[in-house]
Amino acid sequence: MENKKVISFPHLGNYYIPIKYLLNHLTHAEVVECPPITKKTVELGSKYSPDFVCLPFKYNLGNFIEALEQGANILMQAGGGCRFGYYADVQEQILKDLGYHFKFFCLNDKDHLTVTYLYHIFKSINPKLHFFKFAHYTLLTLLMINYMDRIDRIIRANIGFEIEENSFVHLQQEMWKNFTKKKHFITLTKSYFHYKRKMKKIPVRKEENCLKVGIIGELYTSMEPFSSYFLEKQLAKMNIEVKRFTDISYLLVTKRFKVKGLLKQIKKYCTYQIGADGMDNVARVKLLKKQNYDGIIHIKPFGCTPEIGAMPIIQRISSDLDMPIIFFSFDTQTSEEGIKTRLEAFYDMLKMRKEKKS
Amino acid sequence: MNDRIKIGIPKALLFYKYGNLWINFFENLGFDIIISPDTNLETLEKGKLKLDDEACLSLKIFMGHVEYLIDKCDYILIPRIACLNKHEKLCTNFSALYDLTKNLFQDLPILHYNVDVDHHDSELFAFLDMGKELGFSYFDSMSAYRDALHYQKQQQTLKLKKQMEKLRSDNLKILMVAHPYNLHDELIGKQIQTLLEKEGVSVIYSDCYDESNLEEEAKVISPKSYWTYNQELLGAIVHYKKRVDGIILLTTFPCGPDSLTNEMCLHKIKDKPIINLIIDELNSENGLTTRIESFIDIIKEKKKRRNPVGK
Repeated sequence: MENKKVISFPHLGNYYIPIKYLLNHLTHAEVVECPPITKKTVELGSKYSPDFVCLPFKYNLGNFIEALEQGANILMQAGGGCRFGYYADVQEQILKDLGYHFKFFCLNDKDHLTVTYLYHIFKSINPKLHFFKFAHYTLLTLLMINYMDRIDRIIRANIGFEIEENSFVHLQQEMWKNFTKKKHFITLTKSYFHYKRKMKKIPVRKEENCLKVGIIGELYTSMEPFSSYFLEKQLAKMNIEVKRFTDISYLLVTKRFKVKGLLKQIKKYCTYQIGADGMDNVARVKLLKKQNYDGIIHIKPFGCTPEIGAMPIIQRISSDLDMPIIFFSFDTQTSEEGIKTRLEAFYDMLKMRKEKKS
Repeated sequence: MNDRIKIGIPKALLFYKYGNLWINFFENLGFDIIISPDTNLETLEKGKLKLDDEACLSLKIFMGHVEYLIDKCDYILIPRIACLNKHEKLCTNFSALYDLTKNLFQDLPILHYNVDVDHHDSELFAFLDMGKELGFSYFDSMSAYRDALHYQKQQQTLKLKKQMEKLRSDNLKILMVAHPYNLHDELIGKQIQTLLEKEGVSVIYSDCYDESNLEEEAKVISPKSYWTYNQELLGAIVHYKKRVDGIILLTTFPCGPDSLTNEMCLHKIKDKPIINLIIDELNSENGLTTRIESFIDIIKEKKKRRNPVGK
């Protein structure tokens, strides 16, 4: 029984579905998803974390501890960008000092994610793995992530206006189940178009000039709803159309093609890259203004260095363009009520602005 | 030629690392140099107004220095260093520094200085470009850069000699591990140094050692750290660990890379007394004094036990 491999990985929004799919197909080991993030997870994580490390570290550490308690013995962590690249090393050390026995894999080599390195990791877990199988399922997972992100974008724009409650969420869950059964590119694509059609047919009560808000900011708080206190849900309740840029397909694929173009657009403000998503966020303010959005919400965890560096620039560009913007900084002890109040005030302000204009 | 062009250099952040290099380079080309005075509380106050609460203390101090230099010189040198070796990085604050200052202070005459090895901008190119912007040929700036580099090396060996003398003394020796800009800053590092020296301790600096096998030494503590400056600190710890009696990790709040590497050090180093001091803008001197005094007492007690009386 000792040798049975149980793999686990930290949560990031809904992305546990494609990751679990990938691991299931590549490793033949048992894959245990961490229990969903709760207050207890955060408490556990922050108890063993360094004092002023950023928030995602605490969440991930809490995830790991809970997964280890459930019997996982192989842990996986990604990395890259800012401090995130060094998470794996420190987390491994902390968990080992806590007395757990496990194997730890960091999917990136220093700060670069390379295919060969990834292949070697999976090969060491499952020695029988053939490269073609690895390539097939990795590409399929990437495609699945891309499709999920596309559907997410549709949902985000419409979920605030649904007539029947939870109709989007139910369909989305059905779609996930369907996706994980597919094993080929063509069937997956067919299924995607099927659900896209269905999504668009869901009845909504959407006015022409509804409020539109863009969410920019750090990647973890953007993608993990618990860490932003379900900000997107709260916005949906207020009947606001939401646009968010950061998702996995952007970070992994699209970003590297866009950087130069974005830098050209905001020449006046940025000459170089700021690090992580700092420069992207500055450019997004301009883009949102162009697309006639009413306001911007900038979110980040406490102590996120790249975003702190970008914030003064974002403030300046948004005041130059006359774009209302609100900054949220999430910590483990942020009060939910405080966020709600600030959000409501922001909503009222946007509404008044809109009425004045029309 | 009477009114020569004046170049201002803020005495903060990377000045403590490349100061000699920059000053010598500009002097070789025949410029006047204005360096902002040592950090004081007023500098910090000015910097605080410019930046968000959450920003790094050292960055706030830097902004205070820049504020001092406005209207006093024709150019201000704001370095932007994103990457010094391939596959390594620096804290993102250094790569944001140029754009940040440009947006915080409008119409500031900034001198470009960009080092980003991952995107093929080495230090030499940075100096050549800087020379070009000031109207010098590549040849002139090249020779100025070489002389400056030579001078910097000389200074470094002098410093190393001093450090070695300290190491040979019989005093209690404590290694202070911090980024050079915190270590030598009047408000942050100097304050603690004077406290230590009052107690009769000789302070060993982490920014001054023979870096020839830095990578291997850094790997002893952390094989995967990829911040160049933090690797230097880790290397210093391993290099001096056997020859000192205690280690102080000095950090400003909320330094990103330090928050993780310090944790790593605390987990890995078990055979030497080690203390992690975090300094924020509300530093109370009394609290610091108490912590340092008790730390020194612990070291003394340990030393006594190892070498009982009579020896």
